[in-house]
Amino acid sequence: MSLLSTQALVKSFGDNRAVNNVDFVVRQGEVLALIGSNGAGKTTLVNLVSGLYRADSGRIVFEEKDVTSASSYGRIQAGIARSFQLVNLFDQLTCADNVALSIFAREGKTLKLAALASRDRAVWEEAQGVLRQFGLDSKASILAGAISHGERKLLDVAVAYALKPKLLFLDEPTSGVSTREKAPIMDIVSAIVRAGGITVVIIEHDMDIVFRYSERIVVMHQGSILADGSPDDIRRNDEVTTTLIGTHVTGESAY
Amino acid sequence: MPKNRPLLMVLAWLIPVAIALLAAPYVVGPFHTLTLMYGLVFGIGVLGFNLLLGYTGLLSFGHSAYFGAGAYTVAFMVKYFKIASMELFLAGSVLVSVVISLVFGIVCVRYTRIFFGILTLALSQVLWSLAFKFFWVTGGTDGLRVPTPSLLGMSPGTDKMEFLAFQYYYYVLAVFAVCVAVMWVIVHSPFGKALQAIRDNETRAEFIGIRIRRFRLIAFVVSGAFAGLAGALWAPLNGLATPDILVWTFSGEIVFMAVLGGFHNFIGPIVGAMAFTYLKTYAVGLTVYWQLALGTVLVVLVLALPKGIMGLVELIVARLRRPR
Repeated sequence: MSLLSTQALVKSFGDNRAVNNVDFVVRQGEVLALIGSNGAGKTTLVNLVSGLYRADSGRIVFEEKDVTSASSYGRIQAGIARSFQLVNLFDQLTCADNVALSIFAREGKTLKLAALASRDRAVWEEAQGVLRQFGLDSKASILAGAISHGERKLLDVAVAYALKPKLLFLDEPTSGVSTREKAPIMDIVSAIVRAGGITVVIIEHDMDIVFRYSERIVVMHQGSILADGSPDDIRRNDEVTTTLIGTHVTGESAY
Repeated sequence: MPKNRPLLMVLAWLIPVAIALLAAPYVVGPFHTLTLMYGLVFGIGVLGFNLLLGYTGLLSFGHSAYFGAGAYTVAFMVKYFKIASMELFLAGSVLVSVVISLVFGIVCVRYTRIFFGILTLALSQVLWSLAFKFFWVTGGTDGLRVPTPSLLGMSPGTDKMEFLAFQYYYYVLAVFAVCVAVMWVIVHSPFGKALQAIRDNETRAEFIGIRIRRFRLIAFVVSGAFAGLAGALWAPLNGLATPDILVWTFSGEIVFMAVLGGFHNFIGPIVGAMAFTYLKTYAVGLTVYWQLALGTVLVVLVLALPKGIMGLVELIVARLRRPR
C-alpha cells in the first residue's frame, strides 16, 4: 500500500527542469533509498514533497489525500518530516532544547506564553528518552553548536524523529562524516526507525550505505526516475551502472 | 532538561539590587531618583525591544513608534477625555500600542534583516510626521502637556517633585518588576524557545511545525506593548509628549541601549537602559558635544565589547571561576 505518491511532478529552475514528470511511490513501512549523481533531482524531489518548494505541476498524494497545495506546516501535521543535507539545528540552544522543541511543536504547545517550558516534565522526559535512543543523552545540556559533526548529524535526525512522523526523509544522513562513523550512525538510525515502524526515504551517495540499509532503491537521473527496484535488481541493472559509472554500485559492503 | 541557574546565585545579586532600588529615594536625592526612574522606564521599553532582537533575531529601527504611541495616548486621554488615572493610562497605552504594532507587524514580519529594519523605521516615521504635522490635534512641536496622574485612585499632592521622587517612583518600580517577571516567563516559555529556534534557524523551525510569521507577529505585538507601556510611564515623568519621542533617532537610542547592555543576555537591555540614561544625562551636562561622546562610546563598544556590559561581566565571572 502506498503511503506517498507523486504524479507527473514537475519543478523547473529557469531552463533547468530539476524534476521532470516524476511518478514516485513510497510504500508503507519500507526503507527506501533515493540515489543518483549530483543534480539528479533527489533533493529537489524531497523539497517538493516536504513543502520547501512548490511544484510547477503534478500532484502529491499522502495517505490518499492531495497535499500538493498544503503548506509545510500542513504536511508536518499530516506526518511528513525531514532532516537536511547540511545539518540544520538550533545551534544556540541545547541538544535537549532542540529535541524538546519538536515535541512542543508536535503537541501544539509552542504558543504557550505564560508557562515555563522547563516545568513541562513530560516533554523533557520524552526529549531525554529520544536523546538516549540516539546515544546523545550525555550531550543533553550542551549547545547543539558545540557537539561533533557526527553527533550533529544524529541530532538532526533526532529532531525530525521527535515529531513522530509517518514518513521521514533523511537527506544524506552521513554526509561529511568519516567512513568509520557512517555505519554506527546508520545502525542507530535504522534500528530506531524500524522499531518505530516509520517509513523512511534515505537520500545517499554512499552506495555501501544504500545497499546495506535499504529494501528498495529508486535511481534518479537528470530529473527523471531511471530505475526502481530491490537492491539486487539495481545491482544488475546495466543502465544504472552505465549512468552512475565510476560509482560503486556492487553493494559489497566496505564495513 | 535545561539547567536553571541555581536559585541562590540569582538571589545573591537580585536581593541587593532590589534593596538598592527600594532604598534609592531615601539614599540619593530627587535628581538621581528621577534619573533612575528614567532608566527603569527605558528598561521596560528595551526589554520589549529585545524580545525581537535578542530572542527572535529581528532588528527593529522603529520602536519609537510604540513608545511614542504610549506617551501620546496618555496625553490624548488627558486632553480629550480628562482622564487622570495612571491605571487607565497604562491600559489605554497598551491597547493602542498593541493595535499599532499589530498593523505595522503584519507588514513587517513578512521580511527579515535589513528589509525588516527599514520597514519598521519607515512606518515609525509615518507616526512621527502625523504628530508633527497635525498640530491642532497633537500640539505639533510644542507637544501636549501631561500632568501628574492619580495612582491607584489617590490624587497627587501639591509637591510635584516629591510625588515623582517617591509615590511615582515606587509605582514605576512595581510596574517594572511585573514587566521583568512577565518577560522572564515569556522568554522561558515554549513560545520563547520557539522564538529562539526561529532566530537560530528559520528553515528548521518551519520544518518542525513552527509557523514563523505568526510567531514573529506575536513577538512583535508583545514587544510593542512593552514599549507602549514604557511610553505611558514616561509621559507623566517628562510632563510633555512631543514628536521627539517618535523620531527615528529615539529608535536608535533604544538600539543603543540594547547593544550597550548586551542583547544576548536577559538583563542586558535593562543594564543598557540604565547605563545609557546616566551616560546621556552626564554627557549632556558636561558638553554641548554630547552626541560625539555617545558616538565614541558606541564605536568602542561595538569594536571592543560586542556583547555589551553583560558580556563583559560574564567574561569576568567565567575567568574568576576558571580553576587556576
